Amino acid sequence: MTEKTPVLRLEGIVKTFPGVRALDGVSLTLLPGEVHALMGENGAGKSTLMKVLGGIYQPDEGQIIVDEQPVVMSGPLEAKAKGIVFIHQELSLATELSVAENIYLGELPRKRFGLVDWAQLEANTNKILKKLNVGFNAKTRVGSLSIANQQMVEIARALTVDAKAVIFDEPTASLTDAEKVVLFEVIADLQSQGVGIAYISHRMEEIFKITDRISVLRDGQYQGTVNTAETDEEGVTQMMIGRKLDLSRNESHHELGEVAIEVRGLSCGNLYEDVSFEVRRGEVVGFYGLVGAGRTEIAETLFGLRNPSAGTILMDGEEVTIQSPADAIARGISLVPEDRKGQGLVLGMNCRDNMTLPQVGDLTAGPFVSDGAEVAIFDQYRDKLDIRTPGWRQTVGNLSGGNQQKIVIGKWLSMHPNVLIVDEPTRGIDVGSKSEIHNLIRELAAQGYAVIVVSSEMPEVLHVSDRIVAMYMGRIIRTFTSEEVTEDNLIQAISGIGGGKAA
Amino acid sequence: MKSDNMSNLIKNGAIWGFIVLELIFFQIAGEFWSLSERAFMDLDNMLLLLKQSAPIGIIAVGMTVIMINGNIDLSVGAIYALCAIVMLDSMSWPFMESLGDWAIPLAWLFALLTGAVLGLINGIIVWKTGVDAFIVTLGSMLGYRGLVFMYNGENPTYHLNWTMVDIAEWDIFGVETPALVFLVVALIVWFVMTRTVHGRNAYAVGNNREAAVNAAIRVGPHMLINFVLIGFLAALSAVTFYSGSGSVNPNDGMLFELWAITAVVLGGTKLIGGAGSIVGTFGGVIAIQLLRKGLGHIGADTATVNLVIGLILIAVLFLDRQLNVKGKEELKV
Repeated sequence: MTEKTPVLRLEGIVKTFPGVRALDGVSLTLLPGEVHALMGENGAGKSTLMKVLGGIYQPDEGQIIVDEQPVVMSGPLEAKAKGIVFIHQELSLATELSVAENIYLGELPRKRFGLVDWAQLEANTNKILKKLNVGFNAKTRVGSLSIANQQMVEIARALTVDAKAVIFDEPTASLTDAEKVVLFEVIADLQSQGVGIAYISHRMEEIFKITDRISVLRDGQYQGTVNTAETDEEGVTQMMIGRKLDLSRNESHHELGEVAIEVRGLSCGNLYEDVSFEVRRGEVVGFYGLVGAGRTEIAETLFGLRNPSAGTILMDGEEVTIQSPADAIARGISLVPEDRKGQGLVLGMNCRDNMTLPQVGDLTAGPFVSDGAEVAIFDQYRDKLDIRTPGWRQTVGNLSGGNQQKIVIGKWLSMHPNVLIVDEPTRGIDVGSKSEIHNLIRELAAQGYAVIVVSSEMPEVLHVSDRIVAMYMGRIIRTFTSEEVTEDNLIQAISGIGGGKAA
Repeated sequence: MKSDNMSNLIKNGAIWGFIVLELIFFQIAGEFWSLSERAFMDLDNMLLLLKQSAPIGIIAVGMTVIMINGNIDLSVGAIYALCAIVMLDSMSWPFMESLGDWAIPLAWLFALLTGAVLGLINGIIVWKTGVDAFIVTLGSMLGYRGLVFMYNGENPTYHLNWTMVDIAEWDIFGVETPALVFLVVALIVWFVMTRTVHGRNAYAVGNNREAAVNAAIRVGPHMLINFVLIGFLAALSAVTFYSGSGSVNPNDGMLFELWAITAVVLGGTKLIGGAGSIVGTFGGVIAIQLLRKGLGHIGADTATVNLVIGLILIAVLFLDRQLNVKGKEELKV
């Protein structure tokens, strides 16, 4: 390790915000040609560290050293000029512009008089796209691409400059397995060119597949760096949360009640076709499949956000039409959406108001909103779901991902639903809170809710579901019970291989 | 991808389809209701229309850039009036009078500089305070208009110079100076928006500001430049119009900002920024002017004209929304 000069070194970085010590003496060394994982629960300080590195925040103490030269990062421009490139988790794209313009955003090749050199731009872009092996070209409008392809555009940016260090922030969050392979090839390629790569992810299997070393943060403090080869998932998890993680399959079954919701031959254009299933009270049904298999769209249809083109929905044996979310809520269907920050919460509002949002119309004292009733509801679900917040006045945007998700779940529980649909319940949530959310889902089923879990993570569906519905290209391939499911037959079903009978 | 192109074509072509519709309607309706003997679609009439649409048109071109940026500028009407006053009043300053006709270019320069500086002030406030452009320019609209009244009270400011009038009414092939300026400005800004780095960055800033910041585009200075541009164009608009008329009322240019915004929106530029085109705005300007002129042609009064334009604006935006819905399966919002 000592013979190489680190491309990037952070020494004793301290960053405090009013009331919080977000980073407390964090040090990190990134060597050329290594893939260095940065792990930690949400709120552990990873994003703050990245913002310090990118010059968006200035550290209170400590130093950033690039190529053995201490530097002060004044902004993204300077970071880029120093060869440090960020691949952001949240897509940072201008959707109305072309792929080429997005990839070279901020550094479009110029001719005289500030004119854009289109020929050069297109040639450069197509060269990069070829390396990434994607099905679109330089002129495609970014807005017309799928989320996964947009992520590939984001990744393509790393290849535009002579980078010394590339920081990937959860790059695989929305990629399919095939696209991940391409991404890992790109990373390997960068690695062989001697680029140092910092890789932030919550997905253990990726971390162990591609990284050389792992550094762990917990509560803003540096927990240490280990060689990936010398540790395992349990070891890392323990460093991150200080306890062990449970990855087993769901064994317990609750007393199953009546069929709460049944779907017969439901179709929605070309999004999904002829989908039939039922969910009983006390049961957790997991929907598993690749991105684009139609799972989220089914959830959205049940919640009245899309109109089905064929098929029927039955609740408690009675045929219902659900035209809007208001209908769905009235019939006791709740949806915890995939995009927590965009669709589930009003980030600028406080915890209490977010939780009582769907029923605030009923919580009135005379013409005014009844504060007392709202606080009572909030207190009840805070205790029930163990939401950790300094108080109901806290703005939801300041909570960690896990606690935000609990607020959304609490919001719907307080509406006393029959059917609870949770879409990607633990996306972007750290390992510790993940298992808490999983336990919560099991508990809710035990209390007699019918729960539908849509997830892209196999350990998650295995862990929480009584039955698993495997989807491929908008069709249900097979329904597994938790006894008969194995990783292999599940993977086969969602890849459209074999699977055979539809249940 | 194909349907994407198709719907883009419909969206971009809609304004031109609308213009053709207007032409046909007024041509036919004119046969029955018009008091004048002349046909509506007459070359002279159309050239006049282009000239009349110039003052708002030139401003609308600048407004397009500002709105693609995701901003808005409400102060253009006041800038327009103030620059007109500066131009006409400066002509009667003693040292300017001694210059004879050479005072004309100098007076233009003063006016254009005034516009640029007023735009610069807007831009600096938006950049440095981070206050929304709507609020900033709402304030400066009131402030600049205040300056207009301070200059000469309720009285009009006038200075008639026949050389200047000649220049303003000069023409090639019937296209008079104001129309020419409008066309040239539209052409230049169109070129800037489609071909230069600054133009492409304008789309990026409006479309996803965070992405632009992350890509190290200096958003503040970028917006500043565009505010200077629109200030300059508002001044240019005043220069072309008042060189010919020679007299400015303190209330002139009121509601210009709203007409410009109407034209820009009709031309397909999004209010939230990130999309739009100069070509569309050009169409929007022409469409509005056609409507005004056409309704006048068939004998409607100004109040009716405004009512109709208002209704059409809402109808167009509603249609645009419908075109953007991709089908029944689309997620409801």
